[in-house]
Amino acid sequence: MPEYAVETEDVVRTFRDGSVRALDGVSLRVPRGQVFGLLGPNGSGKTTMIRILSTIIAPTAGTARVNGFDVVHDADKVRRSIGLAGQFATVDENLTGVENLRMIGRLNHLSTRDALAKARELLDRFDLADAANRIAKTYSGGMRRRLDLAAALVADPPLLFLDEPTTGLDPQSRLGLWNIIEGLVEGGTTVLLTTQYLEEADRLARQLVVLDHGRVIAQGTSSELKSQLGATVLSLNFASAPDAERGLGLVSDLAATPPNVEGTLVEFTVRQGPASAADALRRLDTAGITLAGLALREPSLDDVFLTLTGHRAEDETSDVASPRRRGRRR
Amino acid sequence: MSSRPSLRWAITDVATITRRNILALVRVPISVVFAIVQPVMFVLLFRYVFGGAIRTGSTAYVNFLIPGILVQTTIFGSIGTAIGLAEDLQRGLIERFRALPMARMAVLAGRTVADVARNVLVLVVITAVGFAVGFRPGGGVVPYLEASLLMLFFAFCLSWGFAYVGLAAPNSETAQAMTFPVVFPLTFASSIFVPVTGMPGWLQGFARNQPVAQAADAVRGLMLGQPHGSSAWLTLAWGLGILAVLAPLATARFRRAG
Repeated sequence: MPEYAVETEDVVRTFRDGSVRALDGVSLRVPRGQVFGLLGPNGSGKTTMIRILSTIIAPTAGTARVNGFDVVHDADKVRRSIGLAGQFATVDENLTGVENLRMIGRLNHLSTRDALAKARELLDRFDLADAANRIAKTYSGGMRRRLDLAAALVADPPLLFLDEPTTGLDPQSRLGLWNIIEGLVEGGTTVLLTTQYLEEADRLARQLVVLDHGRVIAQGTSSELKSQLGATVLSLNFASAPDAERGLGLVSDLAATPPNVEGTLVEFTVRQGPASAADALRRLDTAGITLAGLALREPSLDDVFLTLTGHRAEDETSDVASPRRRGRRR
Repeated sequence: MSSRPSLRWAITDVATITRRNILALVRVPISVVFAIVQPVMFVLLFRYVFGGAIRTGSTAYVNFLIPGILVQTTIFGSIGTAIGLAEDLQRGLIERFRALPMARMAVLAGRTVADVARNVLVLVVITAVGFAVGFRPGGGVVPYLEASLLMLFFAFCLSWGFAYVGLAAPNSETAQAMTFPVVFPLTFASSIFVPVTGMPGWLQGFARNQPVAQAADAVRGLMLGQPHGSSAWLTLAWGLGILAVLAPLATARFRRAG
């Protein structure tokens, strides 16, 4: 087994005859046996990277090796060593749970008997046994994701690509999926996960790469990224916009990163959460400014982006709204 | 994962995808019902409304009509290939297939083979309806089966062309719309519903010699036990030619789509 589960060198991928550069020279090294997080907003190139690594599309330039195999020249060997599950939960709606998994098993070239046994085992494991013989059309969003993930595991791949596995899920289903992913990694599987949620990356991934406009803008462990950011975000909601402007002048020296102002809301990261909050309150109180609200929260992906790039994590594509895949996604 | 020869796995892959597509037909019977209702309406319309005004010489119009409707129906059926593939693409299923260690062509072949299965069902139903409205082919059982196999094969070949359309279209509605400008002239400007002798001279050349007209002549000739010249061989040749050109095109398009 090669040292890295995934190793890419300056991967470039363009769409529409080169007018869109979805990936602009991305080099990754994903170690075995852990969750590696690819963090970024829609349009940052996360999904394009997953599609290249799972041989769905070829890179325009650069090289990518998955489990030691080149994604272009040894595509079939790559396919035999990976599992892919995504945000669109691509299960066949007209087939039952067991039929879906049996089909994927057969296409992974398991014998009919093994494919069926594996299907039953995975349905049990993912709490879908009761729905095994129901058509997937009748499944809830969380059930579809679990079935999709089960399909990715049919061939027991050592490496799993999860493309925004919890986007659009309710908190309970999200938690359930996180537990499943943690269980898989304990069992020795390597997971490359893309997400828009820092919280998710924080909880699951040991190492992170942050993508923006097809480039790596930061990498490290999630605590390394956070220490770059300041530990906490202080969010101050003023009664009026003029108040916000005046208040910001009084507290801006507490900010570890440039403050973000939206109407009456002022947010910035601070190094010492509670102490900075108390300090801010005191100053505002002295100046006679009353707050409509105050919160201390964990930094979000937005905050990461604001800090790293100076711009908000903008939502460039509508690919969540239209699950049409060809060439449109970046 | 296995040392079995890849050809055998390719066949297994085609069978797996075919099975999946047939299961979907069973699960969504509305599409099959549609595929049957439309030709039945055509049978009734032409048999009882237009038929009385159409002269077909010594052959009863109902006997002229049913083989034509059968050809038209199987060709319309192969439009389903375009729609089905466009739907799979839209839902992201093709994406999943592309990341699996399966034969690339199995996604397309599994679709076209499943569409043959649907055409068989439609053929049986329309034949039965035909008999109910007075269809009495005089050609015997074996030529009838030969004619059936010929049109199934021809529709199968055409469906590879429609596979290309399905892969190129942005969604299933567009895929369906894109097939009409091809299918309409081929089925109506032909000997499917009326003898071409009633058409203006400039149209007759096309309506006599285009592939669907050849198929209609061959199927009608075989079923009714009438001379049909070289039309059966020409139909076979057209089918093989279409397959030879369009199957590689569709497969290349499939590799590229993404």
